[in-house]
Amino acid sequence: MSILAELGLLIRLSHSQGIARRYFVVNGFDGALAMLGLNMGFYLSGGVATGIAVSACTGTAIALGMSGLSSGYVSEMAEKKRELRELERAMVTDLEESVHAMAARLVPVLIALVNGVAPFLIAMLVTMPLWLEQAGVSMPIAALHAAILTAFAVIFLMGIWLGRISGTFWLWSALRTVAIAIATCALILLVTA
Amino acid sequence: MAAIKRIVLDVLKPHSPNVVEFAQRIADDMAGCRVQVTVSEMDENTESLIVVITGDQVEFEVLSDALRSMGASLHSIDDVEVVQGE
Repeated sequence: MSILAELGLLIRLSHSQGIARRYFVVNGFDGALAMLGLNMGFYLSGGVATGIAVSACTGTAIALGMSGLSSGYVSEMAEKKRELRELERAMVTDLEESVHAMAARLVPVLIALVNGVAPFLIAMLVTMPLWLEQAGVSMPIAALHAAILTAFAVIFLMGIWLGRISGTFWLWSALRTVAIAIATCALILLVTA
Repeated sequence: MAAIKRIVLDVLKPHSPNVVEFAQRIADDMAGCRVQVTVSEMDENTESLIVVITGDQVEFEVLSDALRSMGASLHSIDDVEVVQGE
């Protein structure tokens, strides 16, 4: 059996497809909102040097990634071990040599990767205009404004994706996620004003 | 040594992998054999199966390994047909 087929079997066995998708959305949303908040903070404080903004955003992205990676691994490992022990009790046998034990070992790693990579990648995507400006690429609008707009665009796209998953109207779902982003900005304005 | 031509097993397995995937995995490991699986009983976490394997030479060790790798446990060998080789 090929490695991909084996991985597919392990994911099906542990019913992890939905979990990974949920983690991707939850942590991706975290990444986008954290970057939106950070860039809003820079904007409201009158702007900062691009280098400082890039460093702060990259540091936050790495921290979000590491947080997702470690928390995902620890929680999923505990959950999968518990499920394996329950299955062993039901089967009245040791399942260490089975695909179930393999799934309990490997699936937490896969889910932790999704959990960590999603916020990191999305945060880096939002930070992209700042990177471009630092690299000397000229843009029609200020990099900070572009980063905030990118955060809204990413949140809008995630809303569309959520709508497709849930089978609801995509625009309604996208507008709902954008409303959350607007509420976040309003709160930041309220607190920092 | 006499070759096993047909063997009927009573097997307990978790719900996952499902019966189709379970039978396919056994067939993948038992080249040239015919695999028939019937669900005889089902509870919250497990299901009991009657597994019938027929072939020119059914390798019992390979079959046991395939069952174990899918988390199944062999309850009993209910029927076996053996033919003495030439």
